[in-house]
Amino acid sequence: MGDLPPYPESLPQQPPSRRSSQASERRHSRGQAQPLAAGPEEGRQMPPDAQHNVPGWSQRRSLSQQESFLMPQAFQAEEARLGGMEYPSMNSGFPSEPQPQPYPEESRNQASQGTTSLILQRLQQGQGGLFQQLDSTFQEPPVSPLNQFNLYQTDQIYEGAQHGPYRRDDPALQFSGSELGFLQYSNEVPEPEPLELAVQNAKAYLLQTSINCDLSLYEHLVNLLTKILNQRPEDPLSVLEPLNRTTQWEWFHPKLDTLRDDPEMQPTYEMAEKQKALFTRGGGGAEGEQEMEEEVGETPVPNIMETAFYFEQAGVGLSADESFRIFLALKQLVEQQPIHTCRFWGKILGINRSYLVAEVEFREGEEEVEEEEVEEVMEGAEILEAHGEEEGEEDEEKAVDFIPKPTWKPPPVIPKEESRSGANKYLYFVCNEPGLPWTRLPHVTPAQIVNARKIKKFFTGYLDAPIVSYPPFPGNEANYLRAQIARISAATQISPLGFYQFSEEEGDEEEEGGAGRDSYEENPDFEGIPVLELIDSMANWVHHTQHILPQGRCTWVNPSQKTEEEEDLGEEEEKADEGPEEVEQEVGPPLLTPLSEDAEIMHLSPWTTRVSCSLCPQYSVAVVRSNLWPGAFAYASGKKFENIYIGWGHKYSPENFNPALPAPIQQEYPSGPAIMEMSDPTVEEEQALKAAQEQVLAATEEEEEGEEEEEGEETDD
Amino acid sequence: MDAESLLLSLELASGSGQGLSPDRRASLLTSLMLVKRDYRYDRVLFWGRILGLVADYYIAQGLNEDQLAPRKTLYSLNCTEWSLLPPATEEMVAQSSVVKGRFMGDPSHEYEHIELQKVNEGEKVFEEEVVVQIKEETRLVYIIDQIDKAVAIIPRGALFKTPFGPTHVNRTFEGLSLSEAKKLSSYFHFREPVELKNKTLLEKADLDPSLDFMDSLEHDVPKDEETGAQRLKPKDTGPGVSRWRGATPWWCCAACSGQASPSTMLPAPRTMATSMWALVRRTWTCPSCYRRRQPGFLNTAS
Repeated sequence: MGDLPPYPESLPQQPPSRRSSQASERRHSRGQAQPLAAGPEEGRQMPPDAQHNVPGWSQRRSLSQQESFLMPQAFQAEEARLGGMEYPSMNSGFPSEPQPQPYPEESRNQASQGTTSLILQRLQQGQGGLFQQLDSTFQEPPVSPLNQFNLYQTDQIYEGAQHGPYRRDDPALQFSGSELGFLQYSNEVPEPEPLELAVQNAKAYLLQTSINCDLSLYEHLVNLLTKILNQRPEDPLSVLEPLNRTTQWEWFHPKLDTLRDDPEMQPTYEMAEKQKALFTRGGGGAEGEQEMEEEVGETPVPNIMETAFYFEQAGVGLSADESFRIFLALKQLVEQQPIHTCRFWGKILGINRSYLVAEVEFREGEEEVEEEEVEEVMEGAEILEAHGEEEGEEDEEKAVDFIPKPTWKPPPVIPKEESRSGANKYLYFVCNEPGLPWTRLPHVTPAQIVNARKIKKFFTGYLDAPIVSYPPFPGNEANYLRAQIARISAATQISPLGFYQFSEEEGDEEEEGGAGRDSYEENPDFEGIPVLELIDSMANWVHHTQHILPQGRCTWVNPSQKTEEEEDLGEEEEKADEGPEEVEQEVGPPLLTPLSEDAEIMHLSPWTTRVSCSLCPQYSVAVVRSNLWPGAFAYASGKKFENIYIGWGHKYSPENFNPALPAPIQQEYPSGPAIMEMSDPTVEEEQALKAAQEQVLAATEEEEEGEEEEEGEETDD
Repeated sequence: MDAESLLLSLELASGSGQGLSPDRRASLLTSLMLVKRDYRYDRVLFWGRILGLVADYYIAQGLNEDQLAPRKTLYSLNCTEWSLLPPATEEMVAQSSVVKGRFMGDPSHEYEHIELQKVNEGEKVFEEEVVVQIKEETRLVYIIDQIDKAVAIIPRGALFKTPFGPTHVNRTFEGLSLSEAKKLSSYFHFREPVELKNKTLLEKADLDPSLDFMDSLEHDVPKDEETGAQRLKPKDTGPGVSRWRGATPWWCCAACSGQASPSTMLPAPRTMATSMWALVRRTWTCPSCYRRRQPGFLNTAS
């Protein structure tokens, strides 16, 4: 009976927490120098054999530590029983844990039958070494262990973490032999699904990664228990806390091998991976021939390599392999988006990363979905503001004391241009490197352009970086980038004279208020201008993008025209605003004006022209470089021409950039006697005043009395 | 960039969009060889290009054995004929600092600058307007000198100093590792040290006198954050590339107008904007294309 007394003692030693108890149990179960544990386990081992179908199993009671001891074992065996779950490698071989609640409700009976076999299997699996000790140590009748066995509660069985079977325990399976196999097959109960589902749910729950890091509870417990089982410390329970911490630390600080170098995960490798995707043709290689035929047809992707070649002659541009990658990236963009025309606009350099910009035009009707969403948001905001004004008015009328209303009114917001017109004629996509996904830039608003003219900031390379500046820029870096792109395009997109011509419908000229025509088309009869002529005179080049007015748009809009909503609400306030400011219509140079009419910078021409190679002028290319926007280039050769911008995105200024000074402090309120500061009268003055008033009062009283007396006397008479 | 590794360096530096056309490259290679022979330089570096309105200047520098000695500067308009520029003197610096605007491209062009000078005539003090003429060549010298002082850098370990004085190229330098390349402290100004002697003894104790004999970049004002930088692949390293590192900034500034406003010739923030290529690409900004980065810049610089 040596086993019984120690047995109950050993169990209470286990702490209430499930995990640690199981951890310690497992160690017990391993039979490490603890015959105590071995004894009870063996004891339990035999009863299941003997009492395979004892109805007593169906009793579910609150569990003693013994049950928790068996839980992991049962669980493992259950996994084997279910069969569907494979035992993965040690560290990740956690069987899934069902949620405690659903399980007992669903398949108690099955569990009851199953658990015995499970226990049996687990015991056999888990304790290979103990088998040899079976005969020697097993002595007592398994009465008390059995009773404790009865105290099963399935919902407690499956809590906690568990390891998959250890490889070194596999020899145990040999012992199980036919019995185990028999039990397994007989207990392949139909309806594993609820069990499996519950198990999977629990596992999924445990596999959630923590908010702070990539580690999930599941993995952490796996690591912890592996470590414990490998190291087999003396008193594992007391060492548990520090071990827990160490395991966590080790996860984040991988051990460095002093003898071998770990290969560095360089960002270059990751980048190369992404770019490898560029080089594979979309659609797989099996349909090779068909694809070839389709691709040979028209694609909106421009011939970047040809353009790069010409620019290289001019001494401008990116290297050949970068150009090719850009070409592949544009091809990828064309496949992803419904694009009608596409052009490589250029590269804007940034401090941390650069931007590759593609100028595209969508097919008809494709891009309006996003626009509507944006507009709805704006309208909602406007309506809210209107309500706010109404309420404000009412409150003020109720209050007796008026809070003085500020006289400052924000300047009217100039509406942005419609897409496909003016500054928003094209859509722009940017990416940082070829291979990275393309991001679409929002349309530009006049306010952004106006502000962009006042500030000068370098681009960091992150589209959501804030722009901290004075005057404050309405938007983040994406908006600023778009505004600069708009300005650069408007100023530097040029073509040889005659390449574009106006379409023949000229009836719209009057309607647009003389702003000029805003559409052009290619001239089919264009025959190219000789290179030398292009170099000689700037009149041979024309702008083919619309000039941006000081207002920030290409077509002028009168800001003092109020919309209907504003008129309804603001009637009362308008009285103060009377005297409409006369806003002059802003006019800019019309489309297709030659470059010779561009304004000069400090008496210097805004454009510089060159022949690409003076040694062989017959084959060279005409190159035009902008002095106003350093980095903008255009080349023309025969019938081909192209523009590109590679630069920092800033305008040239001979002076240094001086940010605008802050506005002067505004007047708070007009001074009047009510708020004028005066010194309070002193006590003497007050008393003197009081005395004087009393005197006056007394004088008037005397007079009155005098009069009354006279009247009284008179009446008496 | 070194004349011998010119083509490779040009490839690597093309991220900023500036390059040379094939004919220029070919002529450069040839003419730099001849310059090296004629002037008996140890190394000839292609410094870069300054853009002008009418023509561009191509600048080269010749070095003798001692790397830190003042370099001879040559310029050319067509990459075939090179003319020597005089070294910069303080007078030149003072004069040229007032000129603003672009380079014309004509070396004999003269800028006119009107100065008020006090002229003593007897007891009266006049202020006369004197028109000072500054030649473009002078201005060129001044600009190149300024740019060199501000932006020319070299990685740590590329040069070493012997007790006898002259600095030599370190043949065992293999480039910087990825983590080192990201730090500003691994780069030095390629010029005589100015701030080194102001360092405290504690700081100097950590320095290696044979390698750390120039100003490090990390003490430049204004401070800038580190950005990603790439590691040189071993096959790209070697004497040529290490020098290329130093030569790259000259490239960038050469791509701009070459003008620098002297009154605000603050040391520009160092940025290492790179692209994630297998080869290293670096773009540098020089003070001439980099004015105040932000409105708040003024405060930090002062």
